[in-house]
Amino acid sequence: MISLFRRPLPFVTVMAALIVSWYAAAYFLNAPQAINLMDPDDTNNFWAVVQAAWSMDRPVLPTPDQIAANLADSIFNYPLNSPRNFLLQTAYTAETAITGLIIGTLLGTLIAIGIVHARVLDRALMPWVIASQTVPILAIAPMVMVALGNIGLTGLPPKAAIVAYLSFFPITVGMVKGFRSPDSMQLDLMRTYNANGAETFFKLRWPVAVAFLFPSLKVAVALAVTGAIVAELPTGAQVGLGARLLAGSYYGQTMMMWGALVLASLLALSLIGCVRLGEVALTRARGGRL
Amino acid sequence: MNGFAITAASIVLGLAARFALAAHPALAGALAIVTSGTILLALAQLAENESRAAKIASPVLFGLAILWAWEMLCIGLHVPFILLPPPSAIALAFVNNLGILAGDFDQTFLHAVIIGYAIGCGAGFLTALAIDRSPFLQRGLTPLANMVSAMPVVGIAPIAIEWFGFDWPSKAAVVALMTVFPMLVNTQAGLKEANAMERDLMRSYGASYWKTLIKLRLPAAMPMIFNALKLNSTLALIGAIVAEFFGTPTRGMGFRISVEAARMNLDIVWATITVAALAGSISFALLAAAERAVTFWHPSFHQRNQT
Repeated sequence: MISLFRRPLPFVTVMAALIVSWYAAAYFLNAPQAINLMDPDDTNNFWAVVQAAWSMDRPVLPTPDQIAANLADSIFNYPLNSPRNFLLQTAYTAETAITGLIIGTLLGTLIAIGIVHARVLDRALMPWVIASQTVPILAIAPMVMVALGNIGLTGLPPKAAIVAYLSFFPITVGMVKGFRSPDSMQLDLMRTYNANGAETFFKLRWPVAVAFLFPSLKVAVALAVTGAIVAELPTGAQVGLGARLLAGSYYGQTMMMWGALVLASLLALSLIGCVRLGEVALTRARGGRL
Repeated sequence: MNGFAITAASIVLGLAARFALAAHPALAGALAIVTSGTILLALAQLAENESRAAKIASPVLFGLAILWAWEMLCIGLHVPFILLPPPSAIALAFVNNLGILAGDFDQTFLHAVIIGYAIGCGAGFLTALAIDRSPFLQRGLTPLANMVSAMPVVGIAPIAIEWFGFDWPSKAAVVALMTVFPMLVNTQAGLKEANAMERDLMRSYGASYWKTLIKLRLPAAMPMIFNALKLNSTLALIGAIVAEFFGTPTRGMGFRISVEAARMNLDIVWATITVAALAGSISFALLAAAERAVTFWHPSFHQRNQT
């Protein structure tokens, strides 16, 4: 990432190539339909066809500027509390993702502490935590929503529960690795200081493990946003970017889907950015290294 | 007493408690309390035992204990079926709906997952090879790949359905898009694994670029490539199932889960999840076995001999 800011040219070139091919693809995918809708006299005029293909109401592939204009329209032309305002929907999804992420991080860290300190948990529970990484746990989301809905839990709690469940696995795996990373020399030093278990934990294991928290958090963030969106899909969840994606899919509203997708990506990227900021701040506070 | 004997006793006691549940709830409760004690004792004993059998028995007993506690609590406390069906009901649903589950597996795993996975991993690998000689493109593509891996790519599913139709091709497209970038990044990193000394040796043999690639750099890249293959096997299954939540013909694992959950048939939902979990772990195990066979030289497989 650092090389990105020092030498931006390769990335800018790749992005420019991506955008150019996007417009080209939008022309080729939309043109057949655009020609059908156009005045037959204009169909031989190349630029007229291009312009029609790039400004359709329901394009196969909308152009980036159409998506941006649609997002700007929804954000600036509707009040903040209107369901048509994408910012409101993003806020719902962000609320779910962040609440779940906090619970998942706390839970994952607690389980990691248990696994590191109790042999029984290490032997019996740790293989299951690792095995569960190979299982598509996101598949349980609709069932959790329905089951918790049956006992009267609706709105934020069941969605946050799904996100917490998804995000705690990478945190646990990363933190166990972190708590275990002090070598025997360092542990012996703590023993020669006559440090007890709690002191060894807070003065040695915890400070070392925090460095492992950040990579795990980045994985967890990506899972959390996906989890929040999937949790918004089942009937009952009417708000959030996932609900917008589904509504757009039902009613053939291409722009609505693309808008939700772009905002979900921006949400994930800004959460990763926050994690990165925390990492940088902690690195600075510790004098240059984690 | 050793841990294995207590484990066997716990299993017998636990089964007895389960069968006593219908006729003698009080007896079953008493048995259950004793069993919980013996399970904890057995786990504690097994944790002290360093043998290989004990290392396998610990998680197995723990898993069985969770299933048993789930079964006992569900039936003993009359937990509503629509909240959490007991494992016995799930097993029954599994056996009774084998045909449906096999059809879903065929639709989701054998078509969407495997085809999408092959396309995604293949494209990622070939792209990494294609840009191997251009550091400029590598520097440009890596941040893009990192960005995409942070994004909720499954959100593309409704758009994929619009383009490729309701059937499995749209799901395969989502899977391919989800798996291509992890493969690209890992292959790129793997191709840098061979160090300067080894490359110099190849040059002193007069080996061409392709010879060096095939004899040295690709084998050295294999651990990273398998990393991506294993990561992608989970991603692919998630992608295909979630993509089906957005719409599919009337079969497929994601379709079954969302429809039967809405109909409150939670036993079939759990049976489908069992299929997904089995498919996920078995493909992971197969990949791990292939990895062992291909990268037997890697230090991570030698640790047992060293210590």
